[in-house]
Amino acid sequence: MGAPVNVVAEGLLAGTAEEPVLLGARSRSTGTTVFPGSLVAPGCAAEDMMPVELPRRGVLWSFTVQQFPPKSPPYAGAQGEAFRPYGIGYVDLGEVIVATRLTVADVAQLSIGMPVELVVEPFGDQVTYAFAPIEERS
Amino acid sequence: VTSGVAVVGIGMHAFGRHDGVSGMDQGVVAARRALADAAISWPDVQMAFGGSSAAGNADTMVARLGLTGLPFVNVANGCATGGSALVSAANAIRSGACDVAMAIGFDKHPRGAFAPLPADWGLPDWYGDTGLMLTTQFFATKIQRYLMELDLDPALLAEVAAKSFRNGALNDHAWRRKPISREEIAASPMVSDPLTQYMFCSPGEGGVALVLARSDRAGSFPAPPVHLASAVVRSRRAGSFEVFAPWLSPGGLGGRSGPTRDAAAAAFDDAGVGPAEVHVAQIQDTEAGAELMHLAETGLCSDGQQDELIRTGATEIGGRLPINTDGGCIANGEPIGASGLRQVYENVLQLRGHAGDRQVPGEPKVGFTHVYGAPGISACTVLVR
Repeated sequence: MGAPVNVVAEGLLAGTAEEPVLLGARSRSTGTTVFPGSLVAPGCAAEDMMPVELPRRGVLWSFTVQQFPPKSPPYAGAQGEAFRPYGIGYVDLGEVIVATRLTVADVAQLSIGMPVELVVEPFGDQVTYAFAPIEERS
Repeated sequence: VTSGVAVVGIGMHAFGRHDGVSGMDQGVVAARRALADAAISWPDVQMAFGGSSAAGNADTMVARLGLTGLPFVNVANGCATGGSALVSAANAIRSGACDVAMAIGFDKHPRGAFAPLPADWGLPDWYGDTGLMLTTQFFATKIQRYLMELDLDPALLAEVAAKSFRNGALNDHAWRRKPISREEIAASPMVSDPLTQYMFCSPGEGGVALVLARSDRAGSFPAPPVHLASAVVRSRRAGSFEVFAPWLSPGGLGGRSGPTRDAAAAAFDDAGVGPAEVHVAQIQDTEAGAELMHLAETGLCSDGQQDELIRTGATEIGGRLPINTDGGCIANGEPIGASGLRQVYENVLQLRGHAGDRQVPGEPKVGFTHVYGAPGISACTVLVR
């Protein structure tokens, strides 16, 4: 139950590999929460951001499936025959809505409003974050 | 004393794929055609503003057009490059800095989706590395949410794209000039659910140039004058839902502010014209869902009213609110620097009554254009005959 290691970026994830947590930031003056973390507040550039751990569970705000391999650069994932479509979406965590990969790439298994939970997902020889339908893992 | 601004010359290099022709040369062709349309020569142009996203610095065109020493300002404003060039040229005339100016945009993109680099957009590398930074994803997730919130039929998406191809078939500058049925559109390969390949525009090539002049001198040019009643560019607000947004503020799409709403409202306000008075409009249709959503965001209809508009044929060339009469981005492709000026070109043609097979009947007097793009930017114009 160690911290997530070999993550695609420093400062993206905290918690443990089993129960990861996304790191965002909140403005002390405006209360606005952003993702990923930032030094300045959105819209006013106040230098009053504090790091926050975002809720691990939320609801799917919208979704789609990436059916073709994105160009590289910037995409660092598999290309050509090795490419597999992946779900992407926005998850409403209450204080902020975040962009994310989804563990499910089948639109028939996705719907707006469904409960989802943060997981660590392999990405090449590293790991990144993704959200998974909660039913799927119960 | 400030003067109004009129569009007195328009020129276009056809959109599409033009192997062996640089983007800049397409811009030069457009510039020469605009000069010919205005019956002036390059030395008559006192200031120029232009740009491309991927085809070089516009100001170097003076080597081909003429080394007259004029001030030529490069504009680099993403999808609003053309709109920003137009605003700059119009402001130069309004300020009295010149009487005749050119706005120009051109581009030439490689095949396939845009491949932006995160650092160029103020974003961390992992956002692009892990496959979250595609314009297609933004439009897909936005229309998915919009269809759900407004309880709209996803079948409308194929209807919108079918209209684009029908209109494009009437436009000899368009890239896609073959009508495609809604069944074929719906059955084309899925790109990002619920959007299929034929519902998307593709990055492409092309060039557009506009000659602008003081309104009070517009009568000395041969074409019927079309007045630029307003031209506005707006950027995004905090927490809005935009292309390349790793996060947004809580809440649904309903009532959410955005650059399109801001730019359209300001353009109508500046022009003293209401959305209900528009006779023809060109709005950003990066994909079919964008046309649906932008219809409401620009104020041309209310949220949810799109179903009735489309099913009754109101957005067709012969309808009461013709939309994207030249086939829009879906039939013309999107050479970023030129795309917004293409819309103005089309509205000028329509207001002049020179749009040929795709002419909106009834002598349209008010035209509206709208561009939207990364990273949350919009440009709108109102043109009045």
